[in-house]
Amino acid sequence: MDTEMDQIYQIDVGNLLAFNPNHRFSSAPSSREELVKECVTEGTKLVQAIADTLFNFPSTESVDGPLVQLPPPTTKLPREKHLPRPKPPTKWEEFALKKGIQKRKKDKIVYDETTDKFKRRHGYDRVNDDNDIPIIEAKASDEPGEDPFAKRLDDKKKRVDKQQKNRLQNLKSAAKAGALPSHVQLAASALPITGTKAQPKKLGKEELGDVAGLAATSTASGGKFDKKLPGEKPPKKQGKHHKYLPVVPRYGWVDEEKEQTNKVLGKLLSKHSHEILNVGKAINMYNDKKEKKKSGRSDKLKPKKDITKKKPYANKAK
Amino acid sequence: MMEIRTPKTHKAKRVLEKRAPKLVENGKKTLILHGTKTSATLSSVLMELYRLKKGGAIKYSRRNENIRPFESGGETSLEFFSQKTDCSIFAYGSHTKKRPDNLVLGRMYDHHVYDLIEVGIDNFKSLLSFSYDKKIAPHEGSKPFICFTGEGFENVPELKQLKEVLTDLFRGEVVDNLNLTGLDRAYICSAISPTKVFLTHCAIKLKKSGTIVPRIELVEVGPSMDLVIRRNRLPNEGLRKEAMKSSKDKPKKKVKNVDQDDVLGKRGRIFIPEQEVGKTPLPDKSKGVKRERREGKLKKKNKEEGSASKKHKESE
Repeated sequence: MDTEMDQIYQIDVGNLLAFNPNHRFSSAPSSREELVKECVTEGTKLVQAIADTLFNFPSTESVDGPLVQLPPPTTKLPREKHLPRPKPPTKWEEFALKKGIQKRKKDKIVYDETTDKFKRRHGYDRVNDDNDIPIIEAKASDEPGEDPFAKRLDDKKKRVDKQQKNRLQNLKSAAKAGALPSHVQLAASALPITGTKAQPKKLGKEELGDVAGLAATSTASGGKFDKKLPGEKPPKKQGKHHKYLPVVPRYGWVDEEKEQTNKVLGKLLSKHSHEILNVGKAINMYNDKKEKKKSGRSDKLKPKKDITKKKPYANKAK
Repeated sequence: MMEIRTPKTHKAKRVLEKRAPKLVENGKKTLILHGTKTSATLSSVLMELYRLKKGGAIKYSRRNENIRPFESGGETSLEFFSQKTDCSIFAYGSHTKKRPDNLVLGRMYDHHVYDLIEVGIDNFKSLLSFSYDKKIAPHEGSKPFICFTGEGFENVPELKQLKEVLTDLFRGEVVDNLNLTGLDRAYICSAISPTKVFLTHCAIKLKKSGTIVPRIELVEVGPSMDLVIRRNRLPNEGLRKEAMKSSKDKPKKKVKNVDQDDVLGKRGRIFIPEQEVGKTPLPDKSKGVKRERREGKLKKKNKEEGSASKKHKESE
């Protein structure tokens, strides 16, 4: 668009953008207001130029007003994200391509010959449902004593697992090519300890704090002189736990230390010391131990004990 | 050991699909945040920028201490935020003694910093200080006109980059159809010197003129400020080439001679070449003129005549 001053504006209608490369602002601006005015008038000219082309487009009437079809923008701007990468073909797709297998469209409703009805292919009351088979004929190759129904379930499970594995492999190769579908994420799940089925239990914040205290109990001084790391919480009653009874008994009070020692002596030297022992319980414990030794349980399969859990009466004297 | 994670709700799936890389992309969203210290002008600049870009911008209100866009390690936070909010343009404001009222405008490609440009803000006038007739106030989210004036935008590389960044920032969504009544705002950027750009936001008044095209009048409504170029970082060539790649470079094959009609549906056009009547070869009827056939036919004819005459003779 030429004006009297022979200015050609670069107009991009798709972006509603106009650029006037020829205007020269005076290097010594008169005043701020004059400068602002000049800028706005120049801007007005540019907007008018865009509007000229815009309003001359064929417009369709709509509820809100005249709609105009904008041309695509001409200024190239950088993309936000990379172009979507082509997905590598899956193992099945490669195989189908090699063999020339075409995809066939399957109907949702299929004729079922056993019941002479039209049933759906997937879902409730479907054709060829595995659970509906009442009788499975035995073949010569079958072993006696093998449950064919359970075998069918097992086979199905194996097929499903295999399919899951194949799906994972396909997704992995797609992820390698950078073309993982947007709704799928591959995440590394926790690594299992070899040999056990149980997952390693994640220690919580408090439990981790307790572990240091536990380790302290194994020292001779009960963790009193252990070097503490910065930020470590102060221990819960560290050190040895002593209960010192007064040596000299108070006037009128029971001599606790004497009582303590007398109790122990009494238990040891009593005439009815057999009454202290619960014979029945002792026999049961002995038998249990014997049986366990016989069965020979392998400790490898049992989940490892939780060391952080404290047994409630472990430290109480029996 | 890997496991496949898919979204459990439809909403989550739709969000993931929206954020996935596509051929035709969504409008770029802007992330507005600030550093440890901001001045009054800078905080109002950021606030008003957010207001102008409402619907396509996210503003963080906390201060971020570890963001230093121009340093190599200081971009990790920005990239993380860009990933989380799916924003590919950011405006980071900070105020230091060395760089007062500093605004860093940057763009991301694949959630990594693509380019940066740092400007200082001078002579800021807030949109509250402009008085105008409220009826012409621009609506939120309307597509703006963007105007650049000045030879600086063509000659000075920093201003060229600023022009591109401002276009990206103010553009909003790329649309096919535009409602002409909804045009109510314009951004005017003028390069008043090789290092300074005057930016202002105006509302559009359409006045009657003799023709279909109305006469345009601009009224300053929004914030106006001077942008002084400080530092900048251009994208490296390889990255720039990759980002500028578009699917239109290899246009899809256009289906010719087929058009859709509202009344008649899909219509095709067939072109029949001109019939040259004199030059078309006639069908080869040589079967009928073969010698044996001809003679056979004659014999048959004679036989018939002969038998007919015999009958005639017998009857007589």
